[in-house]
Amino acid sequence: MKKVKVGIIGTGNIGTDLLIKIQRSEFLECGIFAGKNKESKGIKKALSLGVKVSFDSIKAIEKDPNCCDIVFDATSAKVHLYNAPILKKLKKYTIDLTPSQVGKMCVPAINLDECLNLNNVNLITCGGQATIPVIFAIMKVHPETEYIEIVASISSKSAGSGTRVNIDEFTQTTRDAIVQFTGVKKVKAIIVLNPAEPPVLMHNTIYAKIEKPNIAKLQFEIMEMAKKIQKYVPGYKIKLGPVAENERVTTMIEVVGLGDFLPKYSGNLDIITCAAVNVAEEYAKKKIFKKEK
Amino acid sequence: MDKIIFFDSTLRDGSHAVSHKIAASEIKNYCRKIDDAGLHTVIVGHGNGLGASSLQVGLSALTDDEMLKTAKKELKKTKLGAFLIPGFGTIKDDINPAIDNGVDLFCVAIHCTEADVTRQHIEYVRKKGKDAYGILMMYHMAPKERLLEEALKMQSYGAIGVVLMDSAGASTSQMVSETVRFLSDNLDIKVGFHGHNNLGLAVSNSLIAIQSGAVIIDGTLRGFGAGAGNCQLEVLAGLLSKLKIETGLDLYKMMDVSDDVVSKMMKLPQEITSVSLISGLAGVFSGFANNVKKTAVRFGVDPRDIFMELGRRKMVAGQEDFIVDVAMYLANKKGSEEESYDIESLL
Repeated sequence: MKKVKVGIIGTGNIGTDLLIKIQRSEFLECGIFAGKNKESKGIKKALSLGVKVSFDSIKAIEKDPNCCDIVFDATSAKVHLYNAPILKKLKKYTIDLTPSQVGKMCVPAINLDECLNLNNVNLITCGGQATIPVIFAIMKVHPETEYIEIVASISSKSAGSGTRVNIDEFTQTTRDAIVQFTGVKKVKAIIVLNPAEPPVLMHNTIYAKIEKPNIAKLQFEIMEMAKKIQKYVPGYKIKLGPVAENERVTTMIEVVGLGDFLPKYSGNLDIITCAAVNVAEEYAKKKIFKKEK
Repeated sequence: MDKIIFFDSTLRDGSHAVSHKIAASEIKNYCRKIDDAGLHTVIVGHGNGLGASSLQVGLSALTDDEMLKTAKKELKKTKLGAFLIPGFGTIKDDINPAIDNGVDLFCVAIHCTEADVTRQHIEYVRKKGKDAYGILMMYHMAPKERLLEEALKMQSYGAIGVVLMDSAGASTSQMVSETVRFLSDNLDIKVGFHGHNNLGLAVSNSLIAIQSGAVIIDGTLRGFGAGAGNCQLEVLAGLLSKLKIETGLDLYKMMDVSDDVVSKMMKLPQEITSVSLISGLAGVFSGFANNVKKTAVRFGVDPRDIFMELGRRKMVAGQEDFIVDVAMYLANKKGSEEESYDIESLL
């Protein structure tokens, strides 16, 4: 079986974590690891793995379009706005890990199939990846839920400069994505950075305002959803709940990273790279299967 | 010496003390009567600021719009201020409407080591021609060199001043004098101090801050505020007049508003309870007090143990969800012999 080639643009933490995850994949291999920063740790890592690198960013793919079929964009929202039309023209299946909001928002546990037929998908935010599936499960049991609130706590060390400088976009993108995926009318998203040492694990709390919650049914649906997510994010765990206190139903989620390039406390980054690799593998399987048929 | 300016947080920090249930009539009455007391700014809103009404921290009785509009009508001489923590509120949803409602001054607040997340908001507020101050919360959790680094970032974003918040009331006098002196010696912008009274030092620490170079004091009338309460502004005003430090404050007016208006807004007298004392010693955000007390009852654990454990875990402002997490951990520890311990049995 021939593996499908991927290109990674962006050689920072996210790009390098993707690179390491892809080394383990049965269906993917890295054709090009392209960035701009010659000094980045990621470049050294890629060279040590014998992966082809470039400092020409997107131009490396333009110059040699056969180097990959799938492209991960792990640059920034601004750079992706420039890259997206080029990748579309080159007919590359694009998985965007920036908050650019160019492509269709994708949560593999919910809308993977649909996303495999598009040419550009976006992975929202870590808070979105962690909480949307559980809210989806809650809405399945209680479609009358009027208000949802999520609190995502992440360790300061795992919040990169992109998240920090764009915290407003992060908060609003998460909220908009929850509304879009689950249809709940009113949503609030809160993001808290915690600088404790050793760093805290990624933690998400979901509050739902439900008049008469059916806890047993909620528990079942949430656990079923968690199992789906655990297939591609092994460190995903329902830490508490759902529990009801008056009309407030609380569920807590913890995400422990795989510890590939990023430390285990960076569950917030791991959940995005895991989801991205999952989408790419499913796309690759479809492609391989089609050829073999 | 620069003239000292006073930020009055009675209608913001006091919101914590009454679970964010301040009435419109109270805001109106308070603002009308305090307007010519010589204060620089009256800050109004939910205890955690714009956009913070939530199941996490507590739901406000009124919307931010209602609170700000009500206050703005009454404030003729005093600036109207709003508080905002990035991650809770955003420019689009909260700062823009606040500007439309007549807010003159924004306090953009964040945990003391995370100043870079205030950049968007401080720059935006300044661009809109409004005053922006940077607030470093829970300042006791970082050494002064780090605080300076963070304050310099806020200065570079365009903040007019930086206020250190002793959010947990965990400061000793020496911490205040050393930190405030170090910052005011090394910053071009104004330095301020916001004290809490968990260790009985809020007024004293505010005076020490002034003597160490602070020119902004943030406090509340009658000390009305989270946990053990804040620096009681009318007491500080009296103390400063005794020391012949010019403030421009009308002491009698402040006393009248404190007695006639604020005392009636309070549900309980502002005292240092054992739980608040422990919160100060543990170095945990004062605003957690009401939630901790409720959760302690719900899980049958000692609220003091919850505070100590939250302190050990270095929880910061906005992390109220960990109160339940900690209470459950303590309850489980207590009943660890029962293998099939079920949290729902506690509810």
